[in-house]
Amino acid sequence: MDEYFRPQTLTDALAVLDRTGATVAAGCTDLFAGTQKQTLPGPVLDLTAIAALRGIAATPEGWRIGATTTWSDVLGADLPPAFDMLKQAAREVGSVQIQNAGTVAGNLCNASPAADGVPPLLALGAQVELRSASGRRTLPLSHFLTGVRATRRGASELVTAIHVPRAAARGRSGFLKLGARRFLVISIAMVAVRVAETAGRVDDIALAVGSCSAVATRLPEVESACLGQPVASIGDHVRDDAVARALSPITDIRADAAYRATAATELLRRALRDVTAGALA
Amino acid sequence: MKDADAVSLTVNGATVAVQSAPGRRLSDVLRSDLGLTGTKVGCDAGDCGTCTVLMDGAAVCACLTPLARAAGADIRTVEGLSEGAALSALQASFLRHGAAQCGICTPGMLMAATALLSRNPDPERAEVEEALGGVLCRCTGYAAIVDAVLDAPNPPPAAACPRAGGAVGAAVERLDGRPKVAGREIFGADHVPQGALLVRAIRSPHASARFRIGDVQAWVAAQAGPIRVFTAGDIPGDNRFGVIPVFRDQPALAESHVRMRGEAVALVAGDPEIVETLDLSDFPVAWEAQDGLADAETAKDPGAPQVHETRPGNILIAGKVRRGDPDQALSDAAHLAGATIRTACVEHAYIEPEAGAAWMDGETLVIQACTQAPAMDRDDTARVLGLAPDRVRIIPSASGGGFGSKLDLSLQPLIGLVTLKTGQPCRMAYSRRDSMTSTTKRHPATMSARAGADAAGRVTGMVFDGDFDTGAYASWGPTVAVRVPVHASGPYRVPNYHAEARAVHTNGPTSGAFRGFGVPQAAILQETLFDDLAEQAGIDRLRFRLLNALRDGDSSVCGQVLHGVGIHDCLTALQDPWTEALEAARRVNGRSGRVRRGVGIASCWYGCGNTALPNPSTIRIGLTPDGRLCLHQGATDIGQGANTVIAQIAADALGLPLSDVTLVGPDTALTPDCGKTSASRQTVITGKAALLAGAALRARVLALTNMGDGAALALEGRRLVVRDGPGQRVIDLAALPPDAHGYVLAAEESYDPPTRPLDENGQGVPYAVYGYGAQVVELDVDMTLGTVKVRRITAAHDLGRAINPMLAKGQIEGGIAQGLGMALMEEYIPGRTENLHDYLIPTAGDMPDIRSILIEKPDPEGPMGAKGLGEHVLIPTAPAILNAIRDASGARITRLPALPHRVLAAIRAASEGA
Repeated sequence: MDEYFRPQTLTDALAVLDRTGATVAAGCTDLFAGTQKQTLPGPVLDLTAIAALRGIAATPEGWRIGATTTWSDVLGADLPPAFDMLKQAAREVGSVQIQNAGTVAGNLCNASPAADGVPPLLALGAQVELRSASGRRTLPLSHFLTGVRATRRGASELVTAIHVPRAAARGRSGFLKLGARRFLVISIAMVAVRVAETAGRVDDIALAVGSCSAVATRLPEVESACLGQPVASIGDHVRDDAVARALSPITDIRADAAYRATAATELLRRALRDVTAGALA
Repeated sequence: MKDADAVSLTVNGATVAVQSAPGRRLSDVLRSDLGLTGTKVGCDAGDCGTCTVLMDGAAVCACLTPLARAAGADIRTVEGLSEGAALSALQASFLRHGAAQCGICTPGMLMAATALLSRNPDPERAEVEEALGGVLCRCTGYAAIVDAVLDAPNPPPAAACPRAGGAVGAAVERLDGRPKVAGREIFGADHVPQGALLVRAIRSPHASARFRIGDVQAWVAAQAGPIRVFTAGDIPGDNRFGVIPVFRDQPALAESHVRMRGEAVALVAGDPEIVETLDLSDFPVAWEAQDGLADAETAKDPGAPQVHETRPGNILIAGKVRRGDPDQALSDAAHLAGATIRTACVEHAYIEPEAGAAWMDGETLVIQACTQAPAMDRDDTARVLGLAPDRVRIIPSASGGGFGSKLDLSLQPLIGLVTLKTGQPCRMAYSRRDSMTSTTKRHPATMSARAGADAAGRVTGMVFDGDFDTGAYASWGPTVAVRVPVHASGPYRVPNYHAEARAVHTNGPTSGAFRGFGVPQAAILQETLFDDLAEQAGIDRLRFRLLNALRDGDSSVCGQVLHGVGIHDCLTALQDPWTEALEAARRVNGRSGRVRRGVGIASCWYGCGNTALPNPSTIRIGLTPDGRLCLHQGATDIGQGANTVIAQIAADALGLPLSDVTLVGPDTALTPDCGKTSASRQTVITGKAALLAGAALRARVLALTNMGDGAALALEGRRLVVRDGPGQRVIDLAALPPDAHGYVLAAEESYDPPTRPLDENGQGVPYAVYGYGAQVVELDVDMTLGTVKVRRITAAHDLGRAINPMLAKGQIEGGIAQGLGMALMEEYIPGRTENLHDYLIPTAGDMPDIRSILIEKPDPEGPMGAKGLGEHVLIPTAPAILNAIRDASGARITRLPALPHRVLAAIRAASEGA
């Protein structure tokens, strides 16, 4: 029989993981999709009975998003405008059914190049909190994700939370996803942008692009070019060549590589315009 | 949590304890352990949403929910929506709006909508679309479903059942609809005979390979319990099946060589708990992979290996139609257009994967499975299994969509073999991957054509040449090759014409029947060419089509003189919507911006029934001694509505109200053969048989009572009352002797449409009845991203007589959804898109506003003037979309689907060429 563990405390969960090396389960939306069987191949460690792992809370340092917080939880949370992009992404994760089950940490640990949650969390400077029986560490999200389906989570570690530092939660934000159909779609390209201003000039900016490289990425060169510029003309500083240098898109069934780079640039400009139009209004 | 602990949960208000693995899919627990088969399984991956249930009020996919998660939760399934026999307001609204066609997605839709309405009782249309966005439907085009959700709180007063003689033309609810909205319908996977073995197939991972099966006994012995393995050597009959007898070429289980990925080479059967968990990847089979032929171009290379030894050059068959002198006409033409277009392999993507059960009933092998062609299933399964046809009984389960693919055998010979060999009942349900890899597809086509017109814009000639990749086995390839040249002119006068279509074998998936048999592909090329000709001639595109449209008395490219031709009427009905759409586009495009509005138009015609081959239907109708009116209706209803339409025709022909009709069948033991549900033939051919049978029974009743033609009939208990003016006669049904079928009064009539074989130039009378249509598409093209948003489609279809306008509208909306998918997103790639998240079909959010216009130009041959509609509706959509994309952006799409990167590249090519 396939062993299935559903502990109620993190301590018990870490002990199980240490002992069995179980597959970690939360929303199960990727695990079940990855098997043809009717029962998840065990051993499985189900984290969803651990109440402390779910929910979003403000902390002195910023915000803490518990690992098993679902995308629907994100949509229902009271958060500042810098999180709008995360909420917009939440609405694009699969379908309502997937949003009700799928979790934020699961999206990160599954490490798909097309994970909808990654670009907005990158643009929020998210930190990933990992716990094991022997301790706790925190990694920047950009460091946590290492490649297609690959992360720095150790075999005996659990992602327990995502932290968004207060300094990164400034300004307004937006998310755009491009796919070949409206719902339930894996993106061709997606972008998350966050802009803060002082006196009409950009004083903080975060730009992230997904589905255009093995891991979604920030665009530091483009961000630098935009810093200090007038908010009203910010799109002019998103240069095609600088965006292309930050990405390594592939050609697949959804689009060709050149198109992805073009689309990412265009989506960045549109998202910035949407966000800054709101700011000026 | 230990495995042995029972999990306690509340299901539809009742607390239940389930003893099962905590990591098991809730969908499987609900269906197998709790018998709640209303929750359907379409993909086991969260891609289709048909398994949607409510968990503590939130919509979740039951297939993605481990049982452990449901512990202590409140689960609600479709069975919990109705209170006793009374449907909920939402379920009733679904029935009223025709929101359930095949019904396989209906439970998921109902549950997703219930979740929405419980938190937002008065949603906007966009909110409904978003809430339903996670449930795929392949039949309806979603419009009726969204309407049903919006309208659920406002039930109208109950509509009166149509009186005797008033059924035809009435938008009556589907007669088989209540079980579909109540979750009680029995689809292929829903009937599990007591003690049934579970059957799974070992399938080829290669497109072409020789193989040798190794030490099966050792493998069996290594498993956790007793199982049995069956291979080609176990097949007692002729291990070759195929829908067209002279082209039978497909083994039920491959013998030594596989010709396509997904081909079955062995079966494993045994106790479900053991078989379900088997790891089939270590089954002992040694593959010797060979280079497969990937496409028709490669397959036609003189040095290419032959997929079938008896088919040189990998040509299965070529179809030709030749009339006049097209070369001369083209060289004389004032305007000339030419193009080459490549269409994609398209998957049917019905939400119900193939499933069924088999058991022995005495000496008879009974197979209950989803199908479109029960009599063909019986005959071909019997051949493979070495049985006389009358030893096989096919009971079609409800089919969760078919669209052509469920015409072919799939699991019937497989489960038949297991039951025949073991004597035990068995069942099999294809996984989504099994279904996508092993069943038929729409032919990918590479087509070239040239067309010419005179200075006045009259088409003078056309030449068409196409290769249709028919894949590994013949299936319906010959039908496609014959149908395409007959139809590639479109519904236009083309006096000089030469068309040839070849079905070419490759090692791709077998291409078979898919709504339109190749005609949708051909129409894409012809209708885009006609836009070129109209532009060159300086004539409005709709006017160009009107100018060339076939009229009554015109000859088709096959030399058939046509009657009841409705294309002119369809185009005329579109004149105002067309003009308004063009004006709206001008206004939008007058503003600057990255979005350009485009308008496109395309037409269709389509012959109903087999091409110049017999395809009769037989209907039996009878009255029992206790006063029941039984209609033996053998046409399988795969969602299109045959159960309702045929009954409407029969009831009116007889003169009793529709509400008196009791449907019997389909079932090869109970219903005479009504042929296959394909070729848009059931309303026309089975409908005509129903008309004749109803009329024959009426004639008997009138003769018995010596009453006139105008007499009114009424069933009053066991009495049949016949009234004519002041006169009244009563037949005491209970007093009459029943016949062998148990009827005291009965009639059985057959109808086979009159056709004439095509000669070597394709001249003849291929079909007795044609249907016509045209669609206007309005869409926006994003000029910097290449994305396309279809805003509105106005569809005018001539169906001769709208037997049931609601069902007709449902066909139009559903056909448009498939046409839109074919145009914009669908491309099946073996090994890469064998699921419903990489293979995309439209969701509720992708559909335009659809305005249907039903044109009723009676056909002299069709029953009550009726023509077929089911396939016609898909044909104009893709070409009209492509024409609109070009109108908006200048982009000429020559490779489908028109994915954003292809559209953007075509926009750039057009602006560089300009």
